Amino acid sequence: MRSSYDVIIVGAGPGGSITAKTCAQAGLQVLLIEKRQEIGDPVRCAEGVGKEGLMQHIQPDSRWIAAELKGSMIFAPDGTEIKMSEEASSQKAGFNLERKVFDRVLAQQAAMAGADVMVKTRAIGLLRSNGSISGIKAMYMGEVTEIKADIVIGADGVESKVGRWGGIDTSLKPVDINTCTQFLVSNIDAGEYNKFYIGEKYAPGGYLWLFPKGEHTANVGLGILGSKCGTVRPILLLHKFMETYMPDGKIIEMVVGGVPVSGPIKQTVANGLILVGDAARQSDPLTGGGIINAMDAGKIAGEVCIKAKEKGDYSVKILKEYEDRWRATIGKELSKSLMIKNLLIKVSDEQLNQLAHSLSGIDTSKMALPKVLPILFKKNPKILWELRSLFI
Amino acid sequence: MSVIVNRYKCGYCGACVGVCPVGALELVETWIEVDNTCTSCGVCAKICPVGALGVVK
Repeated sequence: MRSSYDVIIVGAGPGGSITAKTCAQAGLQVLLIEKRQEIGDPVRCAEGVGKEGLMQHIQPDSRWIAAELKGSMIFAPDGTEIKMSEEASSQKAGFNLERKVFDRVLAQQAAMAGADVMVKTRAIGLLRSNGSISGIKAMYMGEVTEIKADIVIGADGVESKVGRWGGIDTSLKPVDINTCTQFLVSNIDAGEYNKFYIGEKYAPGGYLWLFPKGEHTANVGLGILGSKCGTVRPILLLHKFMETYMPDGKIIEMVVGGVPVSGPIKQTVANGLILVGDAARQSDPLTGGGIINAMDAGKIAGEVCIKAKEKGDYSVKILKEYEDRWRATIGKELSKSLMIKNLLIKVSDEQLNQLAHSLSGIDTSKMALPKVLPILFKKNPKILWELRSLFI
Repeated sequence: MSVIVNRYKCGYCGACVGVCPVGALELVETWIEVDNTCTSCGVCAKICPVGALGVVK
């Protein structure tokens, strides 16, 4: 282990590992740290990814693909079913991963590309010199060390501290977070579709999901908007759902988590600092999906680090390219999703039923959400008027 | 002023850390630590998915 690096990445999730791999492949000296003693575990994720997005970064491997899906189904509060197909629905359908294996493989790829990796190592502060972040204070086995770096990447998830230490306010308001509980349920027929149950009835301000994981198991979970949490809790609602809809299901694992649904935040770079993935609040405010966004952002961050190293300039002037590039791609999608989320959290269950009914007689099975939405708007302009700028 | 974490309930997900307006919380492996900057605002307790946090005024 060295005492100084070109780039230190805090957090070995998909975003951090892709950043590390990208930098290491270009010959940069890279350190990837993970505060847990096991990369990828415990999972805080429903594990669904779109095929296309995934394959931009890694070839699918049966070691970490739990299930391949035919498509998605959305259920309105009254049970009306909307089917959407796999080939069209790139975001939602695709694969359900085994994140415990997947995250390790990505970290391993970063290591094989030349990155140093430290587990059970937690960043506890940032080093500064000449108005720039210049490394981290880290704790390993109770010992504090200082490790220098030209650039620090905060890929430290929903609970990110790196941004805050660097002067970027990443704190989430209750309306900016979906608070979730998920069971891995066995002894059920999980089917071949990812299922989404929407409405206050299931999950106020969020949705309930059933994502098959093969072998008669599925991730069954729900997220509710933080602002609607308190008197109800995700864990209680999920138990209630299980009792009613899958009384024979056996819970063989439980996980909890918070998903940022704030949409793009104002700032994700500072001098010598870049935020990636959930730490940069890049998860989708509508679907909660964040894996591909984090990997895409990690790739961009890595490329910008390489450029900064070439120029010997680690200031915002150079790092801003990261900000510009992710906003033009991921950011645009996040903003659209945020508009839809902000509307959906106000829509009543009755109105959701109405929306679902308006699609009767239309074959949506080959369409993805971006294609279904304009149809919904055309048939329900009153309910969806707030979204007109997306369609007109 | 502080929050009390019921470690027997807590799923160490870090959601509370993300919403803390003053950065008083930290997720360390499998437990939550609270420092003395906590203002007892209660946002963490509100959003906890399992209700593991309680505010002390």
